[in-house]
Parts: sequence; structure tokens; C-alpha cells
Amino acid sequence: MKAIQNNPQSVAKDSQIVIALAGNPNAGKTTLFNALTGLRQKVANYSGVTVERKEGVWNFENQAARLIDLPGLYSLEATSLDEQIARDVLTGKVTGLPIPDVIIAVVDATNLERNLYLVTQILEYKIPLVVALTMIDEFEREEHEINTSKFSKMLGVPVIAVTASKNRGIDELTQKVSELIQIKPEIDFELETDSSHSENAKIFARYNFISNIVQETVKHKDLEKHRFSEKIDRVLTHKVFGLIILVAILLLVFQTIFSWATVPMDLLEHGFGAIGDLVKANMPEGLLTDLIVDGIIAGVGGVLVFLPQILLLFLFISILEDTGYMARAAFLMDRLMSRVGLHGKAFLPLMSSFACAIPGIMATRTIENPKDRLATILIAPFMSCSARLPVYALMIATFFAGQTVFGFISVGAILMLGMYSLGIVTAIIVAFILKKTLLKSPPPPFVMELPPYRLPNLRNVFQNMLTRAWLFVKRAGTVILAISIILWGLMNFPRAGNVYVNTPNSQNLAEEQQSFQQSEQLKNSFAGKIGHFIEPAIKPLGFDWKIGVALIASFAAREVLVSTLGIIYNGEKDANEESETLKNAILDAKNPDGTPVWTPLTALTLMVFFVLAMQCMSTIAVVRRESNSWAWTLFMVGYMTALAYVAAFITYQGGKLLGFA
Amino acid sequence: MTNPKSNSLAHLPIGEEAKVLSIAGNSPVTRRLMEMGIIPGVSVKVVKTAPFGSPLQIKVRGYHLALRKSEAETIEVLSSKSKV
Ligand SMILES: Nc1nc2c(ncn2[C@@H]2O[C@H](COP(=O)(O)OP(=O)(O)OP(=O)(O)O)[C@@H](O)[C@H]2O)c(=O)[nH]1
Ligand SMILES: [Mg+2]
Repeated sequence: MKAIQNNPQSVAKDSQIVIALAGNPNAGKTTLFNALTGLRQKVANYSGVTVERKEGVWNFENQAARLIDLPGLYSLEATSLDEQIARDVLTGKVTGLPIPDVIIAVVDATNLERNLYLVTQILEYKIPLVVALTMIDEFEREEHEINTSKFSKMLGVPVIAVTASKNRGIDELTQKVSELIQIKPEIDFELETDSSHSENAKIFARYNFISNIVQETVKHKDLEKHRFSEKIDRVLTHKVFGLIILVAILLLVFQTIFSWATVPMDLLEHGFGAIGDLVKANMPEGLLTDLIVDGIIAGVGGVLVFLPQILLLFLFISILEDTGYMARAAFLMDRLMSRVGLHGKAFLPLMSSFACAIPGIMATRTIENPKDRLATILIAPFMSCSARLPVYALMIATFFAGQTVFGFISVGAILMLGMYSLGIVTAIIVAFILKKTLLKSPPPPFVMELPPYRLPNLRNVFQNMLTRAWLFVKRAGTVILAISIILWGLMNFPRAGNVYVNTPNSQNLAEEQQSFQQSEQLKNSFAGKIGHFIEPAIKPLGFDWKIGVALIASFAAREVLVSTLGIIYNGEKDANEESETLKNAILDAKNPDGTPVWTPLTALTLMVFFVLAMQCMSTIAVVRRESNSWAWTLFMVGYMTALAYVAAFITYQGGKLLGFA
Repeated sequence: MTNPKSNSLAHLPIGEEAKVLSIAGNSPVTRRLMEMGIIPGVSVKVVKTAPFGSPLQIKVRGYHLALRKSEAETIEVLSSKSKV
């Protein structure tokens, strides 16, 4: 029996009307979907961004319809997981989702022939269909002409020109869809193929049919301004300059993230500090106050401080995707990718993994060959995701801030680029080995569309950025909050009894007493015991047991390292009033023998460890789901951790030999 | 018949128009190329090659497509400059 629910989602689920958006990659489906539902979906000028079936509620004329945003596809007959999902939706094979009542075929007007190919296939499913002609604004700007009514007549289905960003044609589309729902027109579409029983005859027949329509209804103009994209490409994908520009763009992105973000980050940091002080001043002393100040504010606040950098990272990724540059990067990099036996299509998932491995791993669904797909999944977490950013940023800000080479390139930007490069190079080597051994298969083909350059749609860019930022904040408010509380508990229990400092001649007896009490508490707590237990293993990496505690906690999520260090050092900070910020606390941390715990080399070693280690529970869950295998998932966690340990060991011991200790 | 290499798409000079004659093989890639509109009779042009000579950027049916040299080699074309 079904429980009665009355949230809007379930109302829509119960409604019978299902409408699906289908079309080529990059045709504008998601943009239209957003305009119709008001939902925020990821929109990007790159083929294959929508890899999962996305669903929203479309309210029109007092009805609530379920609107499905299908992944972009070129054909319904091929074999990638994406295309299979789309076909399953059209044939009603997805549980809980009946065959759509109406299909909106999204067709890019500037790329009619190839876009219509899919339409000729959808027509054979005999589902009522309306064509939404997107990019019509661009089409008209280029002074091409189309006779829409004749086009519609020849194709046998209604055709409506839309520009989602300007609300053009949306009302007409709505009206047409509700008309189709009522009339339920019979679709009778059969192409005649010549008698030769060649498998390809069908493809030829479809394109013949299409060429005929386009010839009769469209007047293409050949103008100089059409070659705008080619002109940009002359520079951006130039044999020599192209690669230099790619590196320069990446360097610029990191440099900007660093220099622009410092002001709001300092503000946030001081803001959280002030809140902590305020709470401390206004609440009675005790465990609860400690939990709020040292656990929650220090932990969650420590991570939230990095929000400006996350926002900037996603701003740049959105712009690179939306302008069409990402596809060019794949074009430039394919030769290198194919050297290690990877598919060029692996480039998008790997690039997305710089934001977060989870969407990246899901984007591998566009890769047809299961072995290539698995190889890509297994290396995706090496791409430095945004959760590592706080870790790198903290280390760099603490130990390398303000240093430059050649007077203008900051050491921080170079280290960042270095960490990202280390991840990439490791991924390449691992992929190469995997493709030679466990996942041997012939080199995969590379066929990829290069979309025209477009000015990024600002609304898309900002929506994308805000959605991501919200996810980050939500994570800080849930996972990281929970871990912060648990950690605080582990560090404060069992309670150490009162212990007394043994330096009677000291001038600041009270202060030293407090500091001593606190460090005794941490040492004897559960967390301290765990930290001490693993200390022998991490000693060769230059880490003490406190870093060990933070390291263990960060296996849940990488940015937890920052919050944990915040909690650990915050508990002690009262002993030393200068340690207002985490940065200072780290610099002030001392070994029992009085030497500093942290040196620039420790920071570098920690960063190297974070590049390579698999520290993210959500990623592990997604890999399990996408690979459908615990064995491969555990294999990944195991080899990544081993690799991280070895690399960190080499960094630290090597650095010491070179005299950087 | 001429040497198939001499008139494969991979060896078409950059910027030169040509008509597709045939696509060799019956792998999924061949099929994908055809579904994307590369079928006998259609005009194609090589726009450029990436660093290190592969992939190629071609223009077909008004859009740009990147494909590897090895895939371009399976596409036999007739340049508009050559005589039949
Ligand atoms: N000029 C113009 N640009 C558009 C229009 N619709 C979408 N775009 C842009 O085209 C690009 C692709 O749009 P998406 O909505 O992500 O395309 P999609 O079909 O969902 O793509 P996939 O999910 O990759 O299959 C984005 O840069 C959009 O801003 C339109 O009507 N006119
Ligand atoms: Mg999409």
C-alpha cells in the first residue's frame, strides 16, 4: 500500500502525463528544460553533459506534467549507456516511467541535417512529436532562412522555433504540447530503403529524406561572419600556441582564484572568529560552549572559509564549458590521451573531476567500451577536486604566501599547478598500466563534435556556480558538521582528570596549567589514542599523531582535514594568544622536543598525499554504483592509498636528503 | 583505381573540398561516422589537424567534427580538384 503524500513532487509523479526532451548533445535541451520547469539543471556547451535522466515538473494549463531531460544522443541505435537510457525511456522500459505521451525533439537550427537524423529515428516510435527548433536566434543572425511551415509539412510534425533565454516560442510550444496530448495524433512514418539489404541502406535513406527537406525549405547563406569560430580556432587550437594557451589559461585560472579570493576569505575567517568569541563571551563556560566554539564553529567555519575559492573555480569551469573551449582542450589533448590508450571522450569526465569526481564519474557513461569506461572511473579521483582546494590553499597560505619567482608568478600558483599536474601525470601512468594489463582492449576511437564558440549565457554560468556553491555549503552543514561533532567528542572523551603542570617557577602558571591540561586531554582522548596508534606508520612522512587524527578524519571527505586541524588546534589556542587563525596555530605547533611540527616540507608532503589518496566516502559510493562491483571499488581505494603513501614517503625523505627538512 | 591511401580523408590537403566515396569497415565507429552524416556523396573538408598530427578537425554538413587520423584513413574521398 502506498502512503498518502502531498508534496508537489508526488502529485506530479502520480499525474499520468510524461513528456520527454530528446535531441543531439549540445542542442539546447537542458536550457529549454530549465526554462519550462524553472529547475536548475547543469547546462554546458559541451556534448554529453547531461548523463543522467533528469526530471522536473512542468506546470501548464492547470496540469502538472513530468518533464524528462534525456541525455544528448546522436542515434537511438548505438551502444553507449546514454543511448540505452534514452531508448529505454522511449520504449517505456524504465520502471515507474510510462512511455512518454509527447516527445519534444530538440533540434539545433544551425546544424539541421545531423540533428534531424535522430528525429527520423524517434518518429518510428510512433509517439506524438513536436520539434523545438533551438539556436534560431543564431540561425537568423547568420542570415539563413527557413520556411517553417513547409518544413513542418514535409517532416509531418509540428515545428516551433524557440529561444529559451528570451522566452521566445515557449507559449506556442506549451500550447502545441497540450494540443498533442488531447488529439493523440497517429504517427505514420516509414522510410523506403532501396532493395539492397545493406545494413547502411537505412542510414542513407534517412539522410536522403533529410537532405531533400533541407534543400526545399532552407536557404543557407555563406557569409564571412560564419567563420568566426574558425578564426578563433586558428589561435586557440594552433599547433604550437594552442598548447601554450591551454597551460596559460589553467595557470591564469589558479592565479586568479588565489589573488581574488583572499579578501573575502580573510573577511569570512575573521567573521567566524568573531562569532566564536561572541559565543564564548555570552555563554557559561562548560562543555556545551566548547562544543559550539571549538567543535562546530571551528570545524564548519574552517571549511566555509573556502567558499569564495570554490565559487571562483566553478565560475571558470562554467565559462570554459559554456564557451566551447572545453571541447577544444579535448581536441588538443587527444593525442596524449590516446598514447595511454584512453578515449578522447574521457577528457570531459576527467575535466569535470577537477570540480568533483562524482559528476565526472557519472559522465563516463558516454564512453561505449566498458573497459575504457572503468579505466576512466579508476583514474578520475586523481584529478584534484574542489574539496582538495581548501587543503592546498591552507598549506600554501601558511607556508608559501607572498613568495614569488621571477618577481611576478606566485609560488602558490606554481605549487597549485604542480599538484594538479601530479594528479594528471599519475592518472596517465595508471591508465597506461591498467590498459596494458587488467583492462586490455584495442585503442578506442575518437569522434567528437566541436561546437561553435558561444558567448557564455550569464544566467547559466551563475546558476551553475550557485548550485555548486550550495552543494558545498550543504555538505559543510551536514557531513562536515556531523564529523566535526563526532571528532570533538572523540577528542574530549574520555575526560582526563585534573593534571597539574610541574614547573613551579614559571611566571604564567595559570596559562601553562590550562595549556597542559588541554594537551593532556587530547593525548588521552579516543582520538589521541587512535592518532598515537597510527603514528609509527605516518612518522616516516613527517606527520605527528595530531596530523594523524586529521588524516583519518579526512577519509570521510578531504576538506575535513581543515576543519579537524581547526578543532585540534583551537582547543589549544588559548595557551597562546597570538594563534588567532589556523595558519598561526599550525606555524606555532611544537613537537615535545620544541621543534616545529610543520615545516614547508611537511606541508608539501601532505599536499602530495592529498593529491593521490582516495579520501571521499561519496566518491567511493558512486564508484561502487557505476562499476557495479565492490572488488573494483576496493581495488581503487587500496591502490590509491598505497600510491599516496609511497609518494608522500618519497617526498618527505627525499626532501630531507636534499636538506629541506 | 588509385592507391586507397592517396585519396583517404587523412591525406586530403587542409582546406580542400572533397566528396566522400566510401567508408571501409563495419565497426561501431564506421556506423557512428555514417550516423553523423559522413555517407557517400557528402562533401567534407579538413579544417586543421591538432598538435602532433592527430586528431583532424573536419567540416561536414555545416558542423565541425574531430576524428583521429586512423579513423580518417577509413574514409575514401575524391578531391574536387582531381579529375575523374
Ligand atoms: N544562441 C543560443 N544558444 C543556446 C540556445 N539554447 C541553448 N544554447 C546554448 O547552447 C549550449 C548548450 O546548451 P545545453 O542546454 O547545455 O544543451 P544540451 O542539449 O542540454 O546538451 P547535453 O546535455 O550536453 O546533451 C549552451 O551554451 C547554451 O547556453 C538558443 O536557443 N540560442
Ligand atoms: Mg543537457
